[in-house]
Amino acid sequence: MRRWILPVAVLALLALLPRFSVDIPYVFKDSINTPGTLQLLALCLVFGGLAMTYDLLFGYTGLLSFGHALYFALGVYLVAIAITKWHWGFYVAVGFTLVAGLVVALVLGAVSLRVGGIAFAMVTLAFAQAGSILVFKNPQGWTGGEEGLGADYTKLPATFVGIFNTKHLYLLALAYAAIVFAIVRWAVASSPGHIWQAIRENELRVEVLGLRPYAYKLIVFVLASILATVGGVVYLLLLGGATPEVTSANFTLTLLIMVVIGGAGTKWGALLGGVLYTWANERLGDASSSHVVSSLPSVLRTPLQQPLFVLGVLFILVVFFLPGGIARAGRLRAAVRR
Amino acid sequence: MSTFVLLTVTGIGLGALYFLIASGLSLIYGLMGVLNFAHGAFLTVGAYAMWFTESKLGGTSIYVRFFLGSLVGLVVGAVFAALVELVLIRPLYRRHIEQVLVTVGLGLATTALIVSIWGNDARPVAAPPWLGRTTTLAGAHIPNDRFVLIVAALVVLIGLNAFLRRTRYGLIIRAGVENRAMVTALGIDVRRAFTLVFAIGGMCAALAGVLSNVYFSTVDPQRGTSLLIFAFIVVVIGGLGSLRGTAIAAVVVGLVQQYANYYASSGLGDLSVVLLLGLVLLARPGGLSRSFT
Repeated sequence: MRRWILPVAVLALLALLPRFSVDIPYVFKDSINTPGTLQLLALCLVFGGLAMTYDLLFGYTGLLSFGHALYFALGVYLVAIAITKWHWGFYVAVGFTLVAGLVVALVLGAVSLRVGGIAFAMVTLAFAQAGSILVFKNPQGWTGGEEGLGADYTKLPATFVGIFNTKHLYLLALAYAAIVFAIVRWAVASSPGHIWQAIRENELRVEVLGLRPYAYKLIVFVLASILATVGGVVYLLLLGGATPEVTSANFTLTLLIMVVIGGAGTKWGALLGGVLYTWANERLGDASSSHVVSSLPSVLRTPLQQPLFVLGVLFILVVFFLPGGIARAGRLRAAVRR
Repeated sequence: MSTFVLLTVTGIGLGALYFLIASGLSLIYGLMGVLNFAHGAFLTVGAYAMWFTESKLGGTSIYVRFFLGSLVGLVVGAVFAALVELVLIRPLYRRHIEQVLVTVGLGLATTALIVSIWGNDARPVAAPPWLGRTTTLAGAHIPNDRFVLIVAALVVLIGLNAFLRRTRYGLIIRAGVENRAMVTALGIDVRRAFTLVFAIGGMCAALAGVLSNVYFSTVDPQRGTSLLIFAFIVVVIGGLGSLRGTAIAAVVVGLVQQYANYYASSGLGDLSVVLLLGLVLLARPGGLSRSFT
C-alpha cells in the first residue's frame, strides 16, 4: 500500500488546485484558478496521460510505434463526427467510438505485429498516415479537412461547455491522467506486464520459455490504443473541436519525445514528460515575446521563437547527457557519486 | 492513350524522386542499422541552399543561377549530412534506439529552424525555361522536368552501383553491410565508411530537394517531411538495405500513386500506396529483396 501514498497525495493536491488563487510568476501567465491556466493544466494532464499510454508500448514492451496518433485521433474525430454530422447523442457517440477504437486497434495491431523492429515502426506509421490522409481528404464533408471540425456544443454535456466550466474540464483531465496512471501501474505489475518487460529485454528468450510474444504484444497494443482513444474524447471536450494536427506523424513523434525526456519505462517519467513538454510548448511561445528574448540579437531570437526548435534541441541534449530521462536523473547522480 | 503516357512518365518521375531519397536511407540503414529520420531535413536543407544561392545571384543569367544554386545545394546537403554523422551519430555508436531518437529530434529542430528564418510559406524557385516546356511523346505533352528527374535517378543508380562494385570504399561498404564485426576485425576502420555513406545519402537527398524545387517550382519547409514518409514506404517495400529493390519499389510506388489518383479518385493514390505496403509486408515481411546491391 505504501507505494500508493505519493500518487494519492499528488492527486488530492491537484484536485484541490482550482480552489486556490495563487500567482506563480513565470510558470503561469495568470493565477492558478483562472480559466486560461486551468485549460493549459488540463491540456498538460491529457498529454501526460497519453504519453503514459505510449510508454506502455515503447518504454515497457520496447515496441517503437509511429502510429499511436491514429488511436488518439480516432477518439477525437469519431465522437466529433457522430454528434455533429450524424446528430447522435454524446454518450452513444462515445460508446460507439470506444467499440470502434477497440476493433481498429485489434485488427491493425494483429496485422502490424506480424513484423518486428523497424518494419513494425514503418507499418504503424503507414496506417496512421492513411488515417491522416483520410481526414485531410474530407470524405462526405465529415472531417472538415484542413480546417478541422468544430463539435456541436449543444450535444456536449452541459457541465463541460463554456469558459465558466473550465474547472470541470480540468477535473475531467485530471481523472483521465489518474485513471491511466492507475491502470498502467496495475498492468505493468501484473503477470502479462512482466512478460512485456521480458519481451523488451529479450524477445527470443520469452519464446524459448514457451510463451507466445505475439499474444502479449497484441494485448499491450490494444490496451495502449484504447486508453489513447479515451484520451482523444477528453481532448475533444477540452478543445470543443477536432484539428487535423492530431492525426499527423509529427504528433506521434512528439509523444516519443515526451516519453524519452521524462524517462521511458519509469513510474513517473512519461507523465512528467508529457506535462512538461506541453507546458513548455505553450509557454515558450509566450516567452518569445517577452522582454528578455526580444532584447537578444536576432541570430538567437529568431530560432527561440520556434518552440519546436527549442524542444528538438532539448530532446537531443537529453538523449546525449541524460539517458533515462528526468525520472532517472537522480538515480544517475547517485550512481556517479558511488 | 496520351493521358496514360503522361501518367506513366510522371509516375516514373515521381518514383525517381522517391528513389533519390530512399537510396540514401537504404544505404545508411543497411550499413549502420540507423533509420534516419533526419533524411527529410537533408533534403529541405539542400533545397533551401539552392533557393538561397539563386536569390543571392540576382541579375546573372538564369542558367548560371540555376547550376550554381544546384551545385551549392548538393555540397551543402553532403556537408550537413557528414557533420550530422560525425557530431551526433558517432558518439552514440551501437546504441541504435538513441541514434534514431537523435535523428527524430534533429529532423524536427531543423524544420523549425528553417521556419523561423524563412517562414512557413512556399517561396518561388526560378528554373531555366526549357524545364517548364513540354515534349511530345506518343501524343502526350510531357513536361521536360520529368525527364530530368528520371535521368538524374538513373545516373545516381548507375553511379552508386559502380561505386559499390568497382571501388575499394564500395567494397568496404558492401562488406560492412554483410558483417560489420568481421570488417572491423580485419583492421579496416569501418567508421570512415559511415561518414562517407552519410555524405552520399545527404547529397542524394539534396539532389532530390533541388529537383523537387523544379518539379513544384517552389520550396517550403515541410517538403522533406512529406516526401520522407513515402521514401520510408519505398525502402520497406524494397527491402531495407537493398539498392535494386529500392529502385523497383520507387517506380512501383510512383506509378500506383499516379494511376490511382487519376483513374480512381484524387487522394486515393496515397491510400493505395499504404495498402500496397501492408500487402507486401504480409506476403513478404522482408520486403521485395533481401540481398544488397
